[in-house]
Amino acid sequence: MTELLQNLIDGLGRGSIYALLALGVAVIFGVMHLLNFAHGELITVSGYAAMWALTSGVSWWLAVPLIIVVSIATSLVIERVAFSRVRGASDFTLLLTSFGVHFVVQAIFLLYVSASVKNFPRPGWVSNTYSIGSLKVEWFDTVVILVTLITLAAVTYLLQRTMFGLSLRAAAADFDTARLMGVNSNNVIRGAFALSGLLAGIAGVFWLMRAGQTQPSAGIDPMLKGVLAALIGGLGSLRGAVLGGFVLGLAEVVLRSQLPDSIASLTEGVVFALIALLFIFRPGGLITVAHAERV
Amino acid sequence: MAKTCWSPPSVADSQSERPTPGAGETLLRVSGLTTKYGAISALRDADLHVNTGEVVGLIGPNGAGKTTLLGTIAGLLAPDAGTVVFKGDDITGAPSEQLLRSGLSLVPEHRRIFVDLTVEENLKIGGFTLPKADRPALLDEMAEQFPVLREKWTTPAGYLSGGEAQQLAIGRALMSKPDLLMMDEPSLGLAPLLVDVVFDLIDSLRASGRTILVVEQNATRMLAAADRAYVLRSGEVVAEGSGDELLARSDLFDTFVGG
Repeated sequence: MTELLQNLIDGLGRGSIYALLALGVAVIFGVMHLLNFAHGELITVSGYAAMWALTSGVSWWLAVPLIIVVSIATSLVIERVAFSRVRGASDFTLLLTSFGVHFVVQAIFLLYVSASVKNFPRPGWVSNTYSIGSLKVEWFDTVVILVTLITLAAVTYLLQRTMFGLSLRAAAADFDTARLMGVNSNNVIRGAFALSGLLAGIAGVFWLMRAGQTQPSAGIDPMLKGVLAALIGGLGSLRGAVLGGFVLGLAEVVLRSQLPDSIASLTEGVVFALIALLFIFRPGGLITVAHAERV
Repeated sequence: MAKTCWSPPSVADSQSERPTPGAGETLLRVSGLTTKYGAISALRDADLHVNTGEVVGLIGPNGAGKTTLLGTIAGLLAPDAGTVVFKGDDITGAPSEQLLRSGLSLVPEHRRIFVDLTVEENLKIGGFTLPKADRPALLDEMAEQFPVLREKWTTPAGYLSGGEAQQLAIGRALMSKPDLLMMDEPSLGLAPLLVDVVFDLIDSLRASGRTILVVEQNATRMLAAADRAYVLRSGEVVAEGSGDELLARSDLFDTFVGG
């Protein structure tokens, strides 16, 4: 029982970050029908910003807003420079563009910074733990879960209670009709990219706090987790993306603890096999979306 | 389904700053409008006008170009030639957001309500371009004018019947306080009883002084409801006149029964 609870807490902590990443992927998919493989680059760019700031003596208290702002700005720049030019193109073109952005960003850091891993100091409390009975809980997981819950509540408020959220949901359902209602396509798309950048920024803060390093390919792992979680939850569903994030986080933690030591290194492979199995029975993911119109 | 207790909303001032032409004056004028899909002309050299306070029908068989004409006026399709003048302004090819702000609202074919949004949210998004302070009063007005919708205010629109959904689509379009309401096939796919509801709505809107341009395949019902109508065939306007005049034209018989 203790092990189960321990796994649950660890899984929720990990899943929270995945949920934030997946939600950002799902928001963009909703309005543009774009599966954004460049989403992880927001963490790459903000990771380098964090590295430069932290190694220059800036505290983590200042690095946190910096990471978030850089992530939002990067998301908007990517939309302006790359995706706005292929708006209305086929899904395949959009997909290829996102791959292009992914590789270009990596190449920029490879060429102009360094191919090697760059380390920066992690906050001291990240590895601290506290005990609840026989459970050992990391402060980091506690903070991640709390911040994620607050973020999800704020995003829910934004989407459900504001005209911007309403226009975003309407545009995700049927973009042409939303435009007929006077919804400005540029504003909605930029708003979606800003929101996606904000979510990636918050996830990025925790990702970078845990990692304490960055490199040109640092965005690949978070991108994969975000896209996978969004797929597991059901592409186009915002609730599904959050659910997918938590499911993926829990699956990784549980498998890592339950698999025999000899094959523990294959955890990721087993997770992928389970996802493939899920898609055989539920091709649309956990929450199937009836329609997802594209711009 | 019971007949709606519709009573017409007031013709509130449009959100557009440009004054609406007086009753009987030309509100919309389409001249020589041509729209192509690739090499195929779906609409050729179409002329029509709508005066303030009129209900004007666009009738014709499938593929006649009715929806293309409406879509081009509404900014959903780019014309290849011709002009659209609304309230004296050339709005040819203007984006639909801009047209809405200038007082032109479309109830699209198949209603296209947002099925995952509630009835209230659908109406709210209809008033997206309005100042925030104006929306509550208009929402109250819609709730009063569409009792069926008021009863399902917080229900996702996907759960509405066809007739209810059509009322929602019309209410949503009215939320923008349009000078010209355009409807594309409002009776499409509805049971006969619900078709009566839709034409009752059109009658009520006309009684309230609304200006309406309606694309409709149910030609005989449309001609009875409209002040004037245009007949389209193979992308061209082939006739214009009052309902009685057009119904008396034996050469158009196939158009009416074909609809």
